[in-house]
Amino acid sequence: MLRYIVRRLIGIPFLLLGVASVAFLLSQTTKGDPLAALVPERMMSNTEVVNAVKAEWGLDRSLPVRYFIYIGNLLQGDLGTSFATRRPVATDIAERLPATLELVISAMIIGTVMGFSLGLLSARFRNTVTDGSARMFALVGSSLPIFWSGLILLYLLSVRFPIVPGTGRLPPRTTPPPEVTGFYTIDSLLAGNIPLFLEVLSHLALPAFVLGWAVTGIITRLVRSSLIEGLSQDYARTARAKGAPERVVLIHHVLRNALIPVLTVLGFTFAYLITGAVLTESIFSWPGIGSYTVRAAASLDYPAIGGVTIVGSVAFLMANLITDIAYAWANPRIKVH
Amino acid sequence: MSVIGTDIAPSANRRRIENSIRTFQRLPLTARIGAVILLFWTITMLTVQLWPLADPLAMVGRRLQPPSLEHWLGTDALGRDVFARTMEGSVWSIPIAFIVVAAAVAIGSALGAISGYFGGLLDSVIMRAVDVTLSFPPILLAMSVAATLGPGLGNATIAMVVVWWPIYARLMRAQVLEVREREHVEAAIAGGAGRMRVLVVHIMPLCWTPTLVNATMDFGQVVLLAASLSFIGLGATPPSPEWGSMIAEGASKFYSWWIAFGPGMAILSVVLATSFLGDGLRDLFDRRSA
Repeated sequence: MLRYIVRRLIGIPFLLLGVASVAFLLSQTTKGDPLAALVPERMMSNTEVVNAVKAEWGLDRSLPVRYFIYIGNLLQGDLGTSFATRRPVATDIAERLPATLELVISAMIIGTVMGFSLGLLSARFRNTVTDGSARMFALVGSSLPIFWSGLILLYLLSVRFPIVPGTGRLPPRTTPPPEVTGFYTIDSLLAGNIPLFLEVLSHLALPAFVLGWAVTGIITRLVRSSLIEGLSQDYARTARAKGAPERVVLIHHVLRNALIPVLTVLGFTFAYLITGAVLTESIFSWPGIGSYTVRAAASLDYPAIGGVTIVGSVAFLMANLITDIAYAWANPRIKVH
Repeated sequence: MSVIGTDIAPSANRRRIENSIRTFQRLPLTARIGAVILLFWTITMLTVQLWPLADPLAMVGRRLQPPSLEHWLGTDALGRDVFARTMEGSVWSIPIAFIVVAAAVAIGSALGAISGYFGGLLDSVIMRAVDVTLSFPPILLAMSVAATLGPGLGNATIAMVVVWWPIYARLMRAQVLEVREREHVEAAIAGGAGRMRVLVVHIMPLCWTPTLVNATMDFGQVVLLAASLSFIGLGATPPSPEWGSMIAEGASKFYSWWIAFGPGMAILSVVLATSFLGDGLRDLFDRRSA
């Protein structure tokens, strides 16, 4: 167990180095000129800026030296300067992180709750209409292009049948709650401002649902198959033989064991959540990292794209590591290779 | 000789067709529906030019008209027929997904087979490359590569291959590692077959099942990612009626929901069809990975 975690931990820096190397190679091949990845086109004639950037990233040096300077800059948290905002990419990302985290965590909660409920339903009533509809609902969520479901639901629920407000985290010209965590939900509660909290919640509801729906599919599928497998085990048969109703067998006996394989999927859904967040945010004008990335991609803001990619990969690796550790901890039978 | 040849050819072909029909009949209903939907899009892709549709690139009506008998899915901001554009979109989205999956399967399987069969340093190098590629969230890697190469459908295609090959390398490597130990391989080696011959003739033909099942499922996912890249502005560029960029046009004309509706449903149908068919094929051929 401990050896397994240590092995995984030792692997992480190498993977990060690999990620950084790929990012370096991409930055070197941009338009055939590494300078293009660091200086916006309209600033190219400004020798002062060009020289400062050349010195910082060692562009007058050889390729191997540049590589080490690049890695060194990354280690100091220097991801370059965004062409669009003209600020360090790391600062931009840090500023937008809470909005994205609030959305992603809410979506994860919604997706997990829906996935478990639907998975339980379809395992309990397997091969019935209930099972079919639950699985279909889950499958459609993960098969829809998220920027399309967001768009259509936003139109339906804010224009046709105005239940939810429009885009963004708050209505225009509303003062956000005093910043403590950066999560508007928590901050507004901390400030004791209940009307503001409800306002925040109503803005969060639809994007979080759209994103949560997208990960419901995987969770439902896994919960269902894992429960059905459990229901055919000897201990479930014993429980039934002792007179336990099917509902009790499912909830009290099988569900607990079925939770273990579901743990693995949580790391896996993280990839879907990142993809989904990028696209959901741009539909809902959510001021997070996702909309920042889309804007960066559309305007070929190379430092911003590169920076987000590196930060996203670090988060992705961490999520997978935590999942693996949780899985090994929850299921000591796992073989360590 | 020629008499025998013509005698055997039709019966072999007939047997192949009969086998396919039997396989199709053994598939569950959902998988058959999936196969029919995919067949529909393939036929549409091949014949859409001959359909009596409006010109997808020309202004054929008033701007932003809601769906009507004349324009089934309405018209967009430039007065183009959305239904015609959605059907025409298959000419873009389906071949791209096919190219991406085929290239990822070819590159990934070749590297995975080499990795699994030869082992050693080569194996380590290839598998570390797989690990690093899989360390990126897929959409971010695709965006980085596509942005570096420059916007455009060709570059987006390359970017998606970069994202997708490692999965097939892992699948093929695992299969080769298993098949390598079988007796007929030992027999082939004892019979003096060279290493490449053993790998290509005696091992790889037995390794394709998981790859093909996975490729079926991935087809829909590639359609999704391609549409996402186009939506962001890194894939197809206007005025081409690619589904993702059509939805982007719809997003900018928010109150005319019908502009995005058709392409969204088209994507949904392809993705659902591939998961239905993929699930069915997996149950039939590859129970272990279920």
